[in-house]
Amino acid sequence: MLDKHGIAKRISKELKEGMYVNLGIGIPTLVANYIPEGINVVLQSENGLLGIGPFPLENEVDPDLINAGKQTVTMLPGSSLFSSAESFAMIRGGHIHLTILGAMEVSENGDIANWKIPGKMVKGMGGAMDLVASAENIIVAMQHVSKSGASKLLKQCTLPITGLRCVKKIVTELAVLDVLPEGGFKLVERALGVSVEDIKQATEGKLIIEGEVPEMQV
Amino acid sequence: MINKVIENADNAVADIPDGATLMLGGFGLCGIPENCIAALLKKGVRNLTCISNNAGVDDFGIGLLLKQRQVKKMISSYVGENEEFERQLLSGELEVELIPQGTLAERIRAGGAGIPAFFTPAGYGTEVAQGKESREFHGKMYLMETWLKADFAIVKAWKGDTAGNLIYKGTARNFNPMMATAGKITIAEVEELVPAGQLDPNAIHTPGVFVHRIFQGQHYEKRIEQRTVRR
Repeated sequence: MLDKHGIAKRISKELKEGMYVNLGIGIPTLVANYIPEGINVVLQSENGLLGIGPFPLENEVDPDLINAGKQTVTMLPGSSLFSSAESFAMIRGGHIHLTILGAMEVSENGDIANWKIPGKMVKGMGGAMDLVASAENIIVAMQHVSKSGASKLLKQCTLPITGLRCVKKIVTELAVLDVLPEGGFKLVERALGVSVEDIKQATEGKLIIEGEVPEMQV
Repeated sequence: MINKVIENADNAVADIPDGATLMLGGFGLCGIPENCIAALLKKGVRNLTCISNNAGVDDFGIGLLLKQRQVKKMISSYVGENEEFERQLLSGELEVELIPQGTLAERIRAGGAGIPAFFTPAGYGTEVAQGKESREFHGKMYLMETWLKADFAIVKAWKGDTAGNLIYKGTARNFNPMMATAGKITIAEVEELVPAGQLDPNAIHTPGVFVHRIFQGQHYEKRIEQRTVRR
Protein backbone atom coordinates (compact mmCIF):
# COMPACT_ATOMS: atom_id res chain seq x y z
CA MET A 1 0.00 0.00 0.00
CA LEU A 2 1.15 3.51 -0.76
CA ASP A 3 0.96 6.45 1.60
CA LYS A 4 0.13 9.90 0.22
CA HIS A 5 3.78 10.57 -0.57
CA GLY A 6 3.97 7.31 -2.48
CA ILE A 7 0.91 8.26 -4.52
CA ALA A 8 2.46 11.65 -5.30
CA LYS A 9 5.77 10.02 -6.23
CA ARG A 10 4.08 7.58 -8.61
CA ILE A 11 2.10 10.38 -10.26
CA SER A 12 5.30 12.37 -10.74
CA LYS A 13 6.44 9.68 -13.19
CA GLU A 14 3.68 10.85 -15.54
CA LEU A 15 5.34 14.26 -15.92
CA LYS A 16 7.00 14.80 -19.27
CA GLU A 17 9.45 17.38 -20.54
CA GLY A 18 7.80 20.71 -21.44
CA MET A 19 4.49 20.15 -19.68
CA TYR A 20 2.49 22.96 -18.09
CA VAL A 21 0.73 21.39 -15.11
CA ASN A 22 -1.95 22.41 -12.63
CA LEU A 23 -1.75 20.70 -9.24
CA GLY A 24 -4.81 20.62 -6.99
CA ILE A 25 -4.82 20.94 -3.22
CA GLY A 26 -3.80 17.96 -1.04
CA ILE A 27 -1.84 14.98 -2.40
CA PRO A 28 -1.47 16.64 -5.85
CA THR A 29 0.50 19.50 -4.28
CA LEU A 30 3.03 16.94 -3.02
CA VAL A 31 3.80 15.92 -6.61
CA ALA A 32 5.90 19.11 -6.87
CA ASN A 33 8.38 17.49 -4.46
CA TYR A 34 9.05 14.55 -6.78
CA ILE A 35 9.50 16.11 -10.23
CA PRO A 36 12.05 13.82 -11.93
CA GLU A 37 15.50 15.29 -12.32
CA GLY A 38 16.23 16.74 -15.74
CA ILE A 39 12.55 17.19 -16.60
CA ASN A 40 11.37 20.76 -17.10
CA VAL A 41 7.74 21.28 -16.13
CA VAL A 42 6.00 24.55 -15.27
CA LEU A 43 3.43 24.56 -12.48
CA GLN A 44 0.38 26.79 -12.81
CA SER A 45 -1.54 28.31 -9.93
CA GLU A 46 -5.02 29.27 -11.09
CA ASN A 47 -5.16 32.47 -9.07
CA GLY A 48 -2.61 33.88 -11.52
CA LEU A 49 0.93 32.49 -11.52
CA LEU A 50 2.90 30.32 -13.93
CA GLY A 51 6.15 28.97 -12.56
CA ILE A 52 5.46 28.22 -8.89
CA GLY A 53 8.71 28.10 -6.94
CA PRO A 54 9.40 26.47 -3.57
CA PHE A 55 7.92 27.78 -0.34
CA PRO A 56 9.75 30.96 0.73
CA LEU A 57 12.42 31.24 3.38
CA GLU A 58 11.20 33.07 6.48
CA ASN A 59 12.68 36.35 5.21
CA GLU A 60 11.21 35.94 1.70
CA VAL A 61 7.54 35.62 2.71
CA ASP A 62 5.41 37.94 0.56
CA PRO A 63 1.66 38.23 1.32
CA ASP A 64 1.15 39.29 -2.30
CA LEU A 65 2.45 35.96 -3.59
CA ILE A 66 0.31 32.92 -2.84
CA ASN A 67 -0.80 29.73 -4.57
CA ALA A 68 -4.35 28.52 -5.10
CA GLY A 69 -4.26 26.88 -1.65
CA LYS A 70 -3.54 30.36 -0.21
CA GLN A 71 -0.04 29.24 0.83
CA THR A 72 2.87 31.64 0.51
CA VAL A 73 5.12 30.67 -2.42
CA THR A 74 8.00 32.04 -4.47
CA MET A 75 8.60 32.56 -8.19
CA LEU A 76 11.29 31.09 -10.40
CA PRO A 77 13.36 32.68 -13.18
CA GLY A 78 10.86 32.85 -16.06
CA SER A 79 7.72 32.97 -13.92
CA SER A 80 4.82 35.15 -15.02
CA LEU A 81 1.81 36.76 -13.36
CA PHE A 82 -1.67 37.41 -14.75
CA SER A 83 -5.31 37.87 -13.84
CA SER A 84 -7.68 35.04 -12.93
CA ALA A 85 -9.52 35.57 -16.25
CA GLU A 86 -6.31 35.04 -18.20
CA SER A 87 -5.47 32.10 -15.97
CA PHE A 88 -8.70 30.31 -16.84
CA ALA A 89 -8.23 31.24 -20.49
CA MET A 90 -5.05 29.15 -20.26
CA ILE A 91 -7.03 26.32 -18.69
CA ARG A 92 -10.11 26.39 -20.93
CA GLY A 93 -8.05 27.13 -24.01
CA GLY A 94 -6.19 23.85 -23.61
CA HIS A 95 -2.78 25.40 -22.93
CA ILE A 96 -2.34 23.54 -19.64
CA HIS A 97 -1.38 19.98 -20.55
CA LEU A 98 -2.10 18.13 -17.36
CA THR A 99 -4.32 18.59 -14.32
CA ILE A 100 -3.73 16.49 -11.21
CA LEU A 101 -6.45 16.64 -8.58
CA GLY A 102 -8.10 14.75 -5.77
CA ALA A 103 -11.50 13.07 -5.86
CA MET A 104 -14.13 11.62 -3.54
CA GLU A 105 -15.49 9.34 -6.29
CA VAL A 106 -14.70 8.46 -9.90
CA SER A 107 -17.01 6.42 -12.13
CA GLU A 108 -15.97 3.81 -14.69
CA ASN A 109 -16.71 6.25 -17.53
CA GLY A 110 -14.45 8.93 -16.04
CA ASP A 111 -16.99 11.14 -14.23
CA ILE A 112 -15.55 12.80 -11.16
CA ALA A 113 -17.19 13.96 -7.93
CA ASN A 114 -15.03 16.06 -5.63
CA TRP A 115 -16.79 19.24 -4.55
CA LYS A 116 -19.85 18.57 -2.46
CA ILE A 117 -21.26 16.11 0.06
CA PRO A 118 -25.03 16.47 0.56
CA GLY A 119 -25.84 17.37 4.14
CA LYS A 120 -22.42 18.85 4.79
CA MET A 121 -21.38 22.47 4.47
CA VAL A 122 -20.72 23.28 0.83
CA LYS A 123 -17.46 25.14 0.47
CA GLY A 124 -17.66 25.64 -3.27
CA MET A 125 -16.07 24.19 -6.36
CA GLY A 126 -13.36 26.80 -6.75
CA GLY A 127 -11.64 26.14 -10.07
CA ALA A 128 -12.26 22.38 -10.14
CA MET A 129 -15.17 22.43 -12.62
CA ASP A 130 -13.24 24.61 -15.06
CA LEU A 131 -10.18 22.39 -14.77
CA VAL A 132 -11.93 19.06 -15.27
CA ALA A 133 -14.01 20.40 -18.17
CA SER A 134 -10.96 21.63 -20.02
CA ALA A 135 -7.71 19.73 -19.45
CA GLU A 136 -6.76 17.22 -22.13
CA ASN A 137 -5.26 14.95 -19.50
CA ILE A 138 -6.56 14.53 -15.97
CA ILE A 139 -4.94 12.32 -13.36
CA VAL A 140 -6.72 11.75 -10.08
CA ALA A 141 -4.96 11.07 -6.79
CA MET A 142 -7.38 9.43 -4.37
CA GLN A 143 -8.06 6.74 -1.80
CA HIS A 144 -9.38 3.55 -3.37
CA VAL A 145 -11.79 2.86 -0.51
CA SER A 146 -13.41 5.06 2.13
CA LYS A 147 -12.61 4.76 5.83
CA SER A 148 -15.67 2.53 6.19
CA GLY A 149 -14.35 0.26 3.45
CA ALA A 150 -16.65 1.36 0.60
CA SER A 151 -15.18 1.57 -2.89
CA LYS A 152 -14.70 5.03 -4.38
CA LEU A 153 -14.16 3.66 -7.90
CA LEU A 154 -17.75 3.17 -8.90
CA LYS A 155 -20.07 2.25 -11.73
CA GLN A 156 -21.72 5.62 -11.24
CA CYS A 157 -20.90 8.48 -8.89
CA THR A 158 -23.33 8.91 -6.01
CA LEU A 159 -22.14 12.39 -5.02
CA PRO A 160 -22.82 15.56 -7.03
CA ILE A 161 -20.72 15.55 -10.20
CA THR A 162 -17.83 17.96 -10.84
CA GLY A 163 -17.32 16.94 -14.47
CA LEU A 164 -18.33 14.21 -16.94
CA ARG A 165 -16.09 11.71 -18.74
CA CYS A 166 -12.87 13.54 -17.98
CA VAL A 167 -10.60 11.39 -15.78
CA LYS A 168 -7.89 9.55 -17.74
CA LYS A 169 -5.81 7.95 -15.00
CA ILE A 170 -6.17 7.20 -11.29
CA VAL A 171 -3.45 6.55 -8.74
CA THR A 172 -4.63 5.17 -5.40
CA GLU A 173 -2.94 3.59 -2.38
CA LEU A 174 -3.52 0.22 -4.09
CA ALA A 175 -3.09 0.66 -7.82
CA VAL A 176 -2.63 2.65 -11.01
CA LEU A 177 -5.65 2.43 -13.32
CA ASP A 178 -6.44 3.88 -16.74
CA VAL A 179 -10.00 4.94 -17.40
CA LEU A 180 -10.74 3.57 -20.87
CA PRO A 181 -12.60 5.72 -23.41
CA GLU A 182 -15.20 2.95 -23.80
CA GLY A 183 -15.60 2.72 -20.02
CA GLY A 184 -13.94 0.63 -17.31
CA PHE A 185 -10.93 0.85 -15.03
CA LYS A 186 -7.98 -0.93 -16.62
CA LEU A 187 -5.56 -2.14 -13.96
CA VAL A 188 -2.08 -1.01 -14.96
CA GLU A 189 0.03 -1.51 -11.84
CA ARG A 190 -0.34 -2.84 -8.30
CA ALA A 191 1.22 -1.24 -5.23
CA LEU A 192 3.89 -3.35 -3.52
CA GLY A 193 2.31 -6.18 -1.58
CA VAL A 194 -1.16 -5.64 -3.02
CA SER A 195 -2.72 -8.50 -4.97
CA VAL A 196 -5.04 -8.32 -7.97
CA GLU A 197 -7.66 -9.90 -5.72
CA ASP A 198 -7.29 -7.05 -3.18
CA ILE A 199 -7.90 -4.54 -5.97
CA LYS A 200 -10.92 -6.46 -7.26
CA GLN A 201 -12.39 -6.38 -3.77
CA ALA A 202 -11.84 -2.63 -3.53
CA THR A 203 -13.28 -1.70 -6.93
CA GLU A 204 -17.04 -1.52 -7.44
CA GLY A 205 -16.89 -0.33 -11.06
CA LYS A 206 -15.90 -2.48 -14.02
CA LEU A 207 -12.30 -3.59 -13.54
CA ILE A 208 -10.38 -4.75 -16.60
CA ILE A 209 -7.42 -7.06 -16.04
CA GLU A 210 -5.26 -8.18 -18.95
CA GLY A 211 -2.38 -10.58 -18.36
CA GLU A 212 0.20 -10.10 -15.61
CA VAL A 213 -0.20 -6.83 -13.70
CA PRO A 214 3.23 -5.52 -12.69
CA GLU A 215 4.10 -4.04 -9.32
CA MET A 216 4.67 -0.29 -9.18
CA GLN A 217 8.22 0.97 -9.26
CA VAL A 218 8.37 4.00 -6.97
CA MET B 1 -5.65 64.43 -17.62
CA ILE B 2 -8.91 63.81 -15.75
CA ASN B 3 -8.30 63.69 -12.03
CA LYS B 4 -9.92 60.67 -10.29
CA VAL B 5 -8.57 61.28 -6.82
CA ILE B 6 -10.93 61.14 -3.85
CA GLU B 7 -9.71 62.00 -0.39
CA ASN B 8 -10.12 58.73 1.48
CA ALA B 9 -12.01 55.46 1.85
CA ASP B 10 -14.94 57.04 3.75
CA ASN B 11 -15.58 59.47 0.91
CA ALA B 12 -15.07 56.78 -1.71
CA VAL B 13 -17.89 54.60 -0.32
CA ALA B 14 -20.10 57.44 0.97
CA ASP B 15 -22.83 57.02 -1.67
CA ILE B 16 -23.05 53.21 -1.59
CA PRO B 17 -26.70 52.59 -0.62
CA ASP B 18 -28.34 49.71 1.23
CA GLY B 19 -29.06 46.86 -1.18
CA ALA B 20 -26.21 47.69 -3.56
CA THR B 21 -24.40 45.03 -5.58
CA LEU B 22 -20.65 45.20 -4.98
CA MET B 23 -17.68 43.49 -6.55
CA LEU B 24 -14.73 43.14 -4.19
CA GLY B 25 -11.33 42.16 -5.58
CA GLY B 26 -9.03 39.58 -4.05
CA PHE B 27 -8.29 35.86 -3.87
CA GLY B 28 -8.46 34.66 -0.30
CA LEU B 29 -7.08 37.60 1.66
CA CYS B 30 -4.57 38.45 -1.10
CA GLY B 31 -5.31 41.71 -2.92
CA ILE B 32 -8.47 42.64 -1.00
CA PRO B 33 -9.54 46.29 -0.61
CA GLU B 34 -8.89 46.47 3.14
CA ASN B 35 -9.52 50.21 3.48
CA CYS B 36 -12.87 50.20 1.69
CA ILE B 37 -14.05 47.15 3.66
CA ALA B 38 -13.22 49.05 6.87
CA ALA B 39 -15.13 52.09 5.57
CA LEU B 40 -18.16 49.94 4.69
CA LEU B 41 -18.10 48.52 8.23
CA LYS B 42 -18.03 52.01 9.67
CA LYS B 43 -20.81 53.20 7.36
CA GLY B 44 -22.97 50.20 8.30
CA VAL B 45 -24.59 49.86 4.88
CA ARG B 46 -26.77 46.73 4.74
CA ASN B 47 -28.39 44.15 2.47
CA LEU B 48 -25.36 44.06 0.22
CA THR B 49 -24.87 41.55 -2.57
CA CYS B 50 -21.13 40.87 -2.67
CA ILE B 51 -19.45 39.32 -5.68
CA SER B 52 -16.04 38.10 -4.60
CA ASN B 53 -14.12 34.88 -5.19
CA ASN B 54 -14.05 34.16 -1.45
CA ALA B 55 -15.85 35.44 1.62
CA GLY B 56 -12.87 36.31 3.80
CA VAL B 57 -12.17 34.67 7.16
CA ASP B 58 -14.08 35.15 10.42
CA ASP B 59 -12.15 38.19 11.53
CA PHE B 60 -10.84 39.72 8.32
CA GLY B 61 -11.91 40.75 4.84
CA ILE B 62 -15.54 40.22 3.86
CA GLY B 63 -15.88 38.07 7.00
CA LEU B 64 -16.07 41.33 8.96
CA LEU B 65 -19.05 42.51 6.88
CA LEU B 66 -20.73 39.14 7.38
CA LYS B 67 -20.26 39.35 11.12
CA GLN B 68 -22.08 42.69 11.19
CA ARG B 69 -24.91 41.18 9.07
CA GLN B 70 -24.31 43.66 6.27
CA VAL B 71 -24.36 41.02 3.53
CA LYS B 72 -27.60 39.60 2.11
CA LYS B 73 -26.06 37.49 -0.62
CA MET B 74 -22.59 36.22 -1.56
CA ILE B 75 -21.64 35.26 -5.10
CA SER B 76 -18.36 33.33 -4.89
CA SER B 77 -16.48 30.23 -6.04
CA TYR B 78 -15.12 29.04 -2.69
CA VAL B 79 -16.18 30.00 0.81
CA GLY B 80 -14.54 27.36 2.97
CA GLU B 81 -12.54 29.52 5.35
CA ASN B 82 -15.32 31.21 7.26
CA GLU B 83 -17.32 29.75 10.17
CA GLU B 84 -19.67 32.72 10.55
CA PHE B 85 -20.50 32.33 6.87
CA GLU B 86 -21.41 28.69 7.48
CA ARG B 87 -23.59 29.56 10.45
CA GLN B 88 -25.53 32.26 8.55
CA LEU B 89 -25.93 30.03 5.52
CA LEU B 90 -27.28 27.08 7.50
CA SER B 91 -29.67 29.34 9.44
CA GLY B 92 -30.98 30.87 6.22
CA GLU B 93 -29.82 34.40 7.04
CA LEU B 94 -27.50 34.49 4.05
CA GLU B 95 -28.01 33.55 0.41
CA VAL B 96 -25.10 32.13 -1.53
CA GLU B 97 -24.54 31.46 -5.21
CA LEU B 98 -21.52 29.33 -6.01
CA ILE B 99 -19.95 29.72 -9.44
CA PRO B 100 -16.94 27.88 -10.92
CA GLN B 101 -13.92 30.13 -10.52
CA GLY B 102 -13.13 30.49 -14.20
CA THR B 103 -16.78 31.14 -15.02
CA LEU B 104 -16.89 33.80 -12.31
CA ALA B 105 -13.78 35.48 -13.71
CA GLU B 106 -15.10 35.35 -17.27
CA ARG B 107 -18.62 36.56 -16.36
CA ILE B 108 -17.06 39.62 -14.74
CA ARG B 109 -14.73 40.13 -17.70
CA ALA B 110 -17.75 39.83 -20.04
CA GLY B 111 -19.67 42.37 -17.96
CA GLY B 112 -16.91 44.91 -18.39
CA ALA B 113 -16.35 44.08 -22.04
CA GLY B 114 -19.98 44.35 -23.20
CA ILE B 115 -20.44 40.65 -23.92
CA PRO B 116 -23.87 39.65 -22.54
CA ALA B 117 -23.28 35.89 -22.69
CA PHE B 118 -20.75 33.24 -23.66
CA PHE B 119 -20.38 29.45 -23.70
CA THR B 120 -18.06 27.54 -21.38
CA PRO B 121 -17.55 23.79 -20.80
CA ALA B 122 -17.25 24.27 -17.02
CA GLY B 123 -20.18 22.83 -15.11
CA TYR B 124 -21.81 20.98 -18.00
CA GLY B 125 -23.57 17.89 -16.61
CA THR B 126 -23.45 19.24 -13.04
CA GLU B 127 -25.95 21.06 -10.88
CA VAL B 128 -24.36 24.33 -12.05
CA ALA B 129 -26.05 23.65 -15.41
CA GLN B 130 -29.59 23.67 -14.00
CA GLY B 131 -31.77 26.15 -15.86
CA LYS B 132 -29.05 27.12 -18.32
CA GLU B 133 -28.97 26.72 -22.06
CA SER B 134 -26.44 24.16 -23.29
CA ARG B 135 -25.20 23.79 -26.83
CA GLU B 136 -22.79 21.58 -28.74
CA PHE B 137 -19.81 23.06 -30.55
CA HIS B 138 -17.38 20.81 -32.43
CA GLY B 139 -18.68 17.72 -30.65
CA LYS B 140 -18.38 19.05 -27.09
CA MET B 141 -21.11 20.42 -24.82
CA TYR B 142 -20.99 23.93 -23.40
CA LEU B 143 -23.14 25.99 -21.03
CA MET B 144 -24.32 29.51 -21.66
CA GLU B 145 -23.29 31.91 -18.92
CA THR B 146 -24.23 35.57 -18.71
CA TRP B 147 -22.27 38.68 -17.82
CA LEU B 148 -21.97 40.05 -14.29
CA LYS B 149 -21.93 43.74 -13.47
CA ALA B 150 -22.00 45.68 -10.22
CA ASP B 151 -23.21 49.00 -8.93
CA PHE B 152 -19.80 49.49 -7.37
CA ALA B 153 -16.59 47.58 -8.08
CA ILE B 154 -14.01 47.96 -5.34
CA VAL B 155 -10.48 46.96 -6.23
CA LYS B 156 -7.02 47.06 -4.65
CA ALA B 157 -3.86 47.80 -6.62
CA TRP B 158 -0.22 48.25 -5.75
CA LYS B 159 0.37 51.55 -7.52
CA GLY B 160 -1.96 53.99 -9.16
CA ASP B 161 -1.85 57.49 -10.55
CA THR B 162 -4.20 60.46 -10.36
CA ALA B 163 -5.62 59.52 -13.79
CA GLY B 164 -6.80 56.18 -12.36
CA ASN B 165 -4.21 53.95 -14.06
CA LEU B 166 -3.41 50.87 -11.97
CA ILE B 167 -0.57 48.39 -11.53
CA TYR B 168 -1.02 45.25 -9.43
CA LYS B 169 1.66 43.23 -7.63
CA GLY B 170 2.20 39.47 -7.57
CA THR B 171 -0.86 37.28 -7.26
CA ALA B 172 -2.72 40.20 -5.66
CA ARG B 173 -3.85 40.92 -9.22
CA ASN B 174 -6.34 37.97 -9.39
CA PHE B 175 -9.92 39.29 -9.84
CA ASN B 176 -9.08 42.98 -9.52
CA PRO B 177 -8.51 43.83 -13.22
CA MET B 178 -11.80 42.32 -14.43
CA MET B 179 -13.80 43.80 -11.57
CA ALA B 180 -12.33 47.23 -12.31
CA THR B 181 -14.02 47.06 -15.72
CA ALA B 182 -17.42 45.82 -14.51
CA GLY B 183 -18.57 48.45 -12.01
CA LYS B 184 -20.92 51.32 -12.82
CA ILE B 185 -18.66 53.10 -10.36
CA THR B 186 -15.19 51.64 -9.83
CA ILE B 187 -13.29 52.54 -6.69
CA ALA B 188 -9.57 51.77 -6.55
CA GLU B 189 -7.48 51.85 -3.40
CA VAL B 190 -3.72 51.74 -3.90
CA GLU B 191 -0.67 51.41 -1.73
CA GLU B 192 1.09 54.22 -3.54
CA LEU B 193 -0.64 57.05 -5.42
CA VAL B 194 1.53 59.12 -7.77
CA PRO B 195 0.87 62.05 -10.11
CA ALA B 196 -0.17 61.17 -13.68
CA GLY B 197 2.94 60.67 -15.80
CA GLN B 198 4.99 58.88 -13.18
CA LEU B 199 3.90 55.34 -14.05
CA ASP B 200 5.32 53.75 -17.18
CA PRO B 201 2.40 53.53 -19.67
CA ASN B 202 3.85 50.21 -20.88
CA ALA B 203 3.37 48.73 -17.42
CA ILE B 204 -0.27 49.73 -16.76
CA HIS B 205 -2.56 46.75 -16.07
CA THR B 206 -5.86 48.68 -15.73
CA PRO B 207 -6.18 51.84 -17.86
CA GLY B 208 -7.67 54.83 -16.04
CA VAL B 209 -10.84 54.88 -18.13
CA PHE B 210 -12.24 52.08 -15.97
CA VAL B 211 -11.56 53.81 -12.65
CA HIS B 212 -13.83 56.55 -11.27
CA ARG B 213 -12.34 57.10 -7.82
CA ILE B 214 -8.85 56.45 -6.54
CA PHE B 215 -7.18 57.01 -3.18
CA GLN B 216 -4.07 55.98 -1.33
CA GLY B 217 -4.98 53.48 1.35
CA GLN B 218 -3.23 53.22 4.68
CA HIS B 219 -2.16 50.68 7.29
CA TYR B 220 -2.32 47.64 5.02
CA GLU B 221 -2.30 44.54 7.17
CA LYS B 222 -2.06 42.05 4.25
CA ARG B 223 -2.91 39.11 6.43
CA ILE B 224 -1.58 35.71 5.33
CA GLU B 225 -3.95 32.72 5.46
CA GLN B 226 -1.45 29.90 5.08
CA ARG B 227 2.05 30.98 6.03
CA THR B 228 4.25 28.24 4.61
CA VAL B 229 8.03 28.46 4.69
CA ARG B 230 10.95 26.21 3.93
CA ARG B 231 14.01 25.94 6.13
